Amino acid sequence: MTAPAILKIENLKKYYYVTAGLIARKVGDIRAVDDISLQMNQGEVLGLVGESGCGKSTLGKAIIRLEEPTSGEIYFDGTDVIKMGKGELRKLRGKIQIVFQDPDSSLDPRMTVGDSIDEALIVHDIKDSGARIAKVAELLEKVGLEAGFAQRYPHEFSGGQRQRIGIARALAMDPKLVIADEPVSALDVSVQAQILNLMMDIKEKDGLAYLFISHDLSVVRYISDRVAVMYLGKIVELAEKSEFFNNPLHPYTEALLSAIASLRPAGKEKILLKGDVPSPLNPPSGCRFHTRCHRVMPVCSQKEPEFKETVPGHYTACHLY
Amino acid sequence: MKSEAILEVKNLKTWFYTRRGIVKAVNGVDFALNRGECLCLVGESGCGKSVTALSLLRLFDSPPGKIVEGEILYRGIDLTKCSLAKLRQIRGKDIAMVFQNAQSALNPIFTIGDQITEQINTHLDLTHAQALEKACMLLDKMRIPEVDRALKQYPHQLSGGMKQRAMIAMSLSCDPCILIADEPTTAVDVTIRAQIMNILQELKQGREMSIIFITHDLSLVREIGDRAAVIYGGRVIEIAPVERIMNQPSHPYTRGLISCLPDISSEATRLPSIEGNTPNPIDMPTGCPFHPRCNKVMDICRSVLPEITNILDVHAVACHLYPGSGK
Repeated sequence: MTAPAILKIENLKKYYYVTAGLIARKVGDIRAVDDISLQMNQGEVLGLVGESGCGKSTLGKAIIRLEEPTSGEIYFDGTDVIKMGKGELRKLRGKIQIVFQDPDSSLDPRMTVGDSIDEALIVHDIKDSGARIAKVAELLEKVGLEAGFAQRYPHEFSGGQRQRIGIARALAMDPKLVIADEPVSALDVSVQAQILNLMMDIKEKDGLAYLFISHDLSVVRYISDRVAVMYLGKIVELAEKSEFFNNPLHPYTEALLSAIASLRPAGKEKILLKGDVPSPLNPPSGCRFHTRCHRVMPVCSQKEPEFKETVPGHYTACHLY
Repeated sequence: MKSEAILEVKNLKTWFYTRRGIVKAVNGVDFALNRGECLCLVGESGCGKSVTALSLLRLFDSPPGKIVEGEILYRGIDLTKCSLAKLRQIRGKDIAMVFQNAQSALNPIFTIGDQITEQINTHLDLTHAQALEKACMLLDKMRIPEVDRALKQYPHQLSGGMKQRAMIAMSLSCDPCILIADEPTTAVDVTIRAQIMNILQELKQGREMSIIFITHDLSLVREIGDRAAVIYGGRVIEIAPVERIMNQPSHPYTRGLISCLPDISSEATRLPSIEGNTPNPIDMPTGCPFHPRCNKVMDICRSVLPEITNILDVHAVACHLYPGSGK
């Protein structure tokens, strides 16, 4: 953990305002990301886990200001991202790249994949067309495709191949941080493993850091160095991988782990959570998880637990600790 | 293990005649479903597992789809050939189905109560009040809170997990003998998935009902299945009791699938993977459909389609590695 921080997020918030009526009166806000602080080190893989609607994708987008944060601070390599102007922001987005879940909708169906990758290079001011063509070929080979595939269109590829193209495009600008938003969720198991292996190989070679967003703990377990769990816009637990899986502290994490047969600690009963995730428009008072928690105490509905270091390197937000 | 088969599928072939060619989605599927068991159909997307399920009740679009060969025997009736009127009596009453996406399977302009009672009134001779009472009971069993309110709600007012449970309630409304569940937990979150799996497990124990559970997720198979059939390229390539298939998978594809599962106990830094992609159903490889990706491929695999053969009483495999699989 001595590697320098590449990304530092402090008290980041992203609220969406909900309006109603003709004059668009504000009737409430959805706290998609609510006061999150995080740090990522160079070459680290941070797994970000949560159920749908917990704000994990919004957090990913807010980091490169694809979603403008409501408040908070983001530092990338020591520079303040929030204060950046348009030009600087464009440069930043070369260094931080996103790989999306669905390569079908993130690739333009009317452009050859070569052009799609090339576009990233043009946007980032690489003028020499010969160099660009060589770079496209190099990128395709890097992700395990043939250089000749540059002439083909997205529909000619399978889902796994398309995801490889998405990764190639993300790597075009030699990023330092890749935000991978559910990159393997749309893929079949046998292909999932190929893509995960590819991502690990690239990481080893280029020393990239990944923010790996996923709902699938078994995938996260494979790829991450540290794991963070989000629930309704907040991080409820953060720890090193082995500590996280061997010694989960937060009841929500316990429930998540026990829901997966192969991840359930031996001899432990399956924990069934009550009900659904509450609406982020109207989150429960106190600890947001208390309505579903199997270890709820009176204090939980009144006071919001602090996110603190319970065991060295292991953070959690729960009144039990 | 020799128990009575309630449904028998023999050499089922469902093809789709499209402009781009004939899609042989289901290309010779054989299996038997026993009374009271849960049979899992496992496979990757495009392998034909859903079309197999849809074929059982002839629910696919026709044209372009057509059952070109095979039999589906349910209580002496061949479902591939019986009249639509007869089939309509069976659908929902004897054989019910739960779909992956509850959002699109439920009708958005009717309340949950209307939709459940409609099905009950179609098949059973009950008054509206009795039907409503039954609907109430079913929803309650699915642990839907405030049942009376839920009955009057429209699908969009329910959460994803609730919709899925309402759909399961609906499918059980006429006490079917067979429940076909097509990826019922794929569209919901992990914690909701645990709830739904729990409900299905209770159903399995409590009733004299057989379940066909379709999934791509082997960890769910381990949780709920009695037997599992692995489907690849429109054919069953391995079928055995779940314990056996998990511990001693015989087909190279099954082995690959199982080893692809990230394992909690191993600290391996590389996941085993199966090279290549699932085959294109318009242009199936000759011979064994798996041979281009197989790590144990032999000459014979490229030209001769292996027949499914028993290697044990309860364990059948379609692979040339096991003698007797050739024609």
